[in-house]
Amino acid sequence: MSERAILLKGGLVAGARAVDRNDVLVVDGVIAAVALDLAAPEGAAVLDVSGCVVGPGLVDLHTHLREPGDEEAETIESASRAAALGGYTAIMAMPNTEPACDSASVVADVLARGRSASCEVAVAGAITVGREGRSLAPMAEMAELGVTLFTDDGACVHDGDVMRRALEYAKGLSVTCAQHCEDPALAAGGVMHEGAWSSMLGLPGQPTLAETSIVARDLGLVALTGATLHFLHLSAPESVRLVAAARDRGLPVTCEAAPHHLTLDDAQCVNYDPRFKVNPPLRPTVLVAELIELLRAGAIDAVATDHAPHASERKDVPFDEASPGMLGLQHALGLTVVALGGTERLDLLALFDLLSRRPAAIARLRGADERRAGHSAQGGDIEVGEAANLCAIDLESPTVVTDASIASRSKNSPYVGRTLPVTVRHTLLRGVPTVLDGAAVR
Amino acid sequence: MSGADSLLGGDLLSAAQLSRAGLVEVFDVAEAFAEVSRRAVPKVPTLRGKLVATLFFEESTRTRLSFETAARRLSADVASLAVASSSVKKGESLRDTAATVEALGADVLIIRHRSSGAPAQVASWLEHAKVINAGDGSHEHPSQALLDAFTVRAALCEARGQVSEGSGASVFEGLRVLIVGDVRHSRVARSQVICYRTLGARITLCAPGTLLPRDAEAWGVEVAAHLDDALSEADVVSVLRLQTERGSGSHLPSLAEYTATHGLTERRAELLKPGAVITHPGPMTRGVEIASSVADGPSALVTRQVANGVAVRMAILFLVLGGEPSLLNGAP
Repeated sequence: MSERAILLKGGLVAGARAVDRNDVLVVDGVIAAVALDLAAPEGAAVLDVSGCVVGPGLVDLHTHLREPGDEEAETIESASRAAALGGYTAIMAMPNTEPACDSASVVADVLARGRSASCEVAVAGAITVGREGRSLAPMAEMAELGVTLFTDDGACVHDGDVMRRALEYAKGLSVTCAQHCEDPALAAGGVMHEGAWSSMLGLPGQPTLAETSIVARDLGLVALTGATLHFLHLSAPESVRLVAAARDRGLPVTCEAAPHHLTLDDAQCVNYDPRFKVNPPLRPTVLVAELIELLRAGAIDAVATDHAPHASERKDVPFDEASPGMLGLQHALGLTVVALGGTERLDLLALFDLLSRRPAAIARLRGADERRAGHSAQGGDIEVGEAANLCAIDLESPTVVTDASIASRSKNSPYVGRTLPVTVRHTLLRGVPTVLDGAAVR
Repeated sequence: MSGADSLLGGDLLSAAQLSRAGLVEVFDVAEAFAEVSRRAVPKVPTLRGKLVATLFFEESTRTRLSFETAARRLSADVASLAVASSSVKKGESLRDTAATVEALGADVLIIRHRSSGAPAQVASWLEHAKVINAGDGSHEHPSQALLDAFTVRAALCEARGQVSEGSGASVFEGLRVLIVGDVRHSRVARSQVICYRTLGARITLCAPGTLLPRDAEAWGVEVAAHLDDALSEADVVSVLRLQTERGSGSHLPSLAEYTATHGLTERRAELLKPGAVITHPGPMTRGVEIASSVADGPSALVTRQVANGVAVRMAILFLVLGGEPSLLNGAP
């Protein structure tokens, strides 16, 4: 028996279709056995996971790594450690780095830097050169390196004709485009949601229509081109309803929501604390409640973090000047549990669908791909022969978010001081622990 | 709205901090200081040894002059950070600038900033110094609203033959206050709405659709479609300054059209009830939001506002720095 054997003992196993009490044996990076009362092979490490649910490692569709270009805020190493602590085994790096990830050379660089990270780092390429929304980036040369998702995230491809060409081109490459929906004219200058709070606080707001109008237009473009499109960080219930209706009609579209849009409202901006500034902005309580309902009803495909670290000097400034964005990787799981209604009667299949299986499918990370050297299949079932990308979540012990517990280089989490209902106990990347007993191993 | 009954020892960030009693306290303390301002040597030793710092990240000569005059009449030392020529231009953060001024020993920071909320953020960062909001973005300008209401109280009491000091908020009960102009971008309007409502007045807003705030109904005000109708009902008309750049952008077709629909012209001034008063926070753009003859006419309180501004700001400084109002009994 290999030395690289780990037995996860006494847990509840969240498979793709059922949740059962089982032990899981991992050998050489692969699930070797799933059964009750497995005996530990000689030399195997045994992890007691009683009280825990063992599921597929989480997959984030939406991570801002800041490397290259802004390593003061975050590095691939620090972000991947935060990800592992959050239960993730794969993250999708957004292309708004410096330089922008809009060519094969930058893709190759980020992939290389990601190889030693605490989780697998997939890379999203830019749709347009410099993410400027004008001319198409060399998507084919990036796709050659295994890039499956393209987006100008942080900016909207707002020119309808450019977006149409991008979809047509992406379809030919069998890759997926992802849109950051924000009409720049309607959103112009808005630093929070436009409504009673922005009006009272004297801050320029942006209406939900800035998002929803682009969603509506792009659904039309998908119908026109037949290309696959993923909608990033939808914050308005109306946006989600439009996407869900289109999906029900058979259009190849998916959407994600961010944990903060499911757990925070625009009233949080009352003290002008820039940690609550994010784009798209936090919405009013009634819209947050509707978004939660849509999540529980299955209208949202994935929860994705939009993890956006910012160094303190980007946040210790007036609200309107502060950079938008907040940390997400480390606490998205707990927040999703909150959004799903807490640990009592938690729908574990839905939880892992939202945080692992669906995002892996959307990003086309479900199967191993020879173009992605060193990467394994993500978001799989807990079955013999599957890659051992796993997390064990303690459903019985809450986590208190503290400044000191944040693994990111930046500390811009709006959740400091809050208690989340679950704790990530262990994370295994290709059978190797990245987190043991709630502490990062590497 | 339930604010504190006293400004004593607190920051002044928003008019919403103060209850009716808290506002009336400021007015009564200001009456005492107005008396000081009328003396041959208008100066009292009340704040001797205190350091008052003005940090104006956005230029406003009038407001700064008013606050600094108030501080000097109370014998405080005054330090002004000329932000345009300071380290802010070199990239220093707001937080570092504020910490530096506090470390210099400032007891109170008077902050004007183009960004809404900046004074509140500074207040949350400081250890012990107090913060007075001298106008932040499109948020609030509480000292302006306080001096406007103080001036209205004095003028209406005078007209009714009452003594203003000690009159409480009686003149505001049921008073009809009409606020005209760029409410959406006006920090003065936000503070006025809060202040006048707390005092018991009924507020009406009148502005072109592009200059009305979103969800104004949440403010507990009425919105008037036509200025002419609203003017005939008003006891107090607050004319807001129109930033002339709004006339060339997406908010207004032209300044001339604004004057035609929302300017307080000579013709419109004649629609006012006898005894109605007009306030303007200055600086006025004569011929745009208000006709010269109206601005200089008997109903306009503009110069009294400026004079009272010093007394009200003396009261604010006095209270924020922990002065007991009882100290004012007798001569300050």
